[in-house]
Formats: sequence, C-alpha cells, structure tokens
Amino acid sequence: MVQTILGRKLGMTQVWSEDDSLVPVTVIEAGPCVVSQVKTVGRDGYDAVQIAFGDIKESKVNKPTAGHFAKAGATPRRHVAEVRLSEPDGDVKPGDELTVGMFEPGAMVDVSGTSKGKGFAGVMKRHNFRGGPGGHGSHFHRAPGSIGQASTPSRVFRGARMPGQMGNETVTVRNLEVVKVDPEQNLLIVKGAVPGPKGALLTIRST
Amino acid sequence: MNTIRAIEQQQIRDDLPEFGVGDNVKVHYRVVEGTRERIQVFQGVVIRRHGSSNRETFTVRKISFGVGVERTFPVHSPKIVKIEIASRGKVRRSKLYFLRDKVGKAARLKEKAY
Repeated sequence: MVQTILGRKLGMTQVWSEDDSLVPVTVIEAGPCVVSQVKTVGRDGYDAVQIAFGDIKESKVNKPTAGHFAKAGATPRRHVAEVRLSEPDGDVKPGDELTVGMFEPGAMVDVSGTSKGKGFAGVMKRHNFRGGPGGHGSHFHRAPGSIGQASTPSRVFRGARMPGQMGNETVTVRNLEVVKVDPEQNLLIVKGAVPGPKGALLTIRST
Repeated sequence: MNTIRAIEQQQIRDDLPEFGVGDNVKVHYRVVEGTRERIQVFQGVVIRRHGSSNRETFTVRKISFGVGVERTFPVHSPKIVKIEIASRGKVRRSKLYFLRDKVGKAARLKEKAY
C-alpha cells in the first residue's frame, strides 16, 4: 500500500508523553487523500500513484482538472502529487481514499515541505559565519571575508558559501516520531518541527 | 488554531485544587531514583505562576536549613501526585520576588481571611 499522504501544517504545541516529559510536537492535518491516477510501466513508462488533497471550490476547477478527477471517480482536490513506486502496486486503484490511519504511533516518518522564505540573506544569517567585531574601530562587521586564495588558483572554488536566497526551498526532515494519530479529525501529531509556515502543504512519507 | 487549543485542553489536569500566588502548598511529586520510585513532598510558598494552558508552571520557595530553595513545577505534570494547600496567603502582586530579600519573620505573608 502507498505509505505517503499529503497534509497541512496547523502549528506547534507541546504534549505530555507517557514517561512524563513535555514533548514539542507539530500538529498536521493529514489527508484524506484520494488516488486520482495510477501510472504503470506499460502505459506511462514508470510506476507511480497520483494522490490529491485539499478542498477546492467547484467554480475554481477548470474543465481538464474536473475531467481528470471525474475519470478517477472523485471530487476535485486542490493539491496533486505523485508518489513513485519501485514495483506495481496491485492494491491501489483510482478513487481510493488514503487516510492518516496508515500511520501508527511510534512509527517514523519523513516530512517534506517548502521552508519559510528569508529572501536574499548575508553569510551570517545564511551560513552562520561569525562576522567581525561590532566596535573598537573595526570596519569589518557582517562581510564574508576571504573567499579563497590568490593568483593560484585565481578563481573561486565552486560551492563557496556566499550570500544569496535563503529559504523558500524544499526541505525534508527525516525520522520524525509519530506521537499521536487521530483518524476522526485527520490529525497526525509528530515530534519536532517541520518546514514551512502554518497552513503549508506537506508530504508525509513513512521512513 | 482551535485544533491546537483542543489538543492542549486535553492535557490539562482538572483534578488538582485551585491555588494561587502566596499560598503555602505541599507538592507531592513522583521522583524516580534508578529503578525505585518514591513520592517527594516539597512544601513552601508559591511565588509565581508562569505561562498558560498546558505549559503553565509554578514556583515554590522554601527555606531549607537556612538556605532559600526554589523549585519550579509544571502545573499539569503527570508526575504531580497531589497538591495540598496548607494556607492561603493575602498578597497584592502576582510575583512575590520580594520574598527573596527577606528572612525570618519578615518573610511571612498574611493569611487570607474567609
């Protein structure tokens, strides 16, 4: 069975664990997802399952999308994602529903999402460079300093850490423990932080 | 947001008595020593309550062998077996940090009249 689900980050809080310690957790509204298409080697060149998640107003769905979901026998959803399979999965067929019930408390999951964008950031914020002294006549504050050698090699090595866009990239946090699963409210509670702001779309995959 | 509130609300213990700053309380706290488990009693004056919801903590101050000792407990910790209220103090502020500078008779609080 497919061990991947899409969800929405609701926020963080703390819960008391069974061994009486306060655990930082993220609450994720995960699923229900619908299987909108099953791709096979024969027809598409690879095995995959397309899953969809999230409410959407009917008036916002264009005709091709509506037709795609109608073919699977499902109502249109806002987000669509593909899960690659290494071998064909005979159990899934279009229209199947995936719920958070596939995860058990204590299991490990990987969570992917888009991190919060920080814009064009300097090296101190982006790469944790130390920076220079604030005062005492120093004119060297937040600049990166040396980025390499002199006439040999007379170029900057590829991959040198420099200022640039920070955040707003796909980040995967691996091996998060599932603390609690609530199938009634479609809630998945995992230990630790996940990428993105509240309301962000997340992909939760069994480790 | 409401879902998170609801999750926090489930964690809140309602079996403990209501107590406030200035009260003299006995906190029965479960302590694990190696494999043995026992209940420790910490008695003193509540000098602050901090935070809200399931994260709330309170600090108890007592004088032990002439030395002031303060201990902070989470209000909703499952490790708290029970809380007994020895007396209720009459106070006019929410944080009783001034007690740290007072010793002996000066560190007493007036009892609340009922």
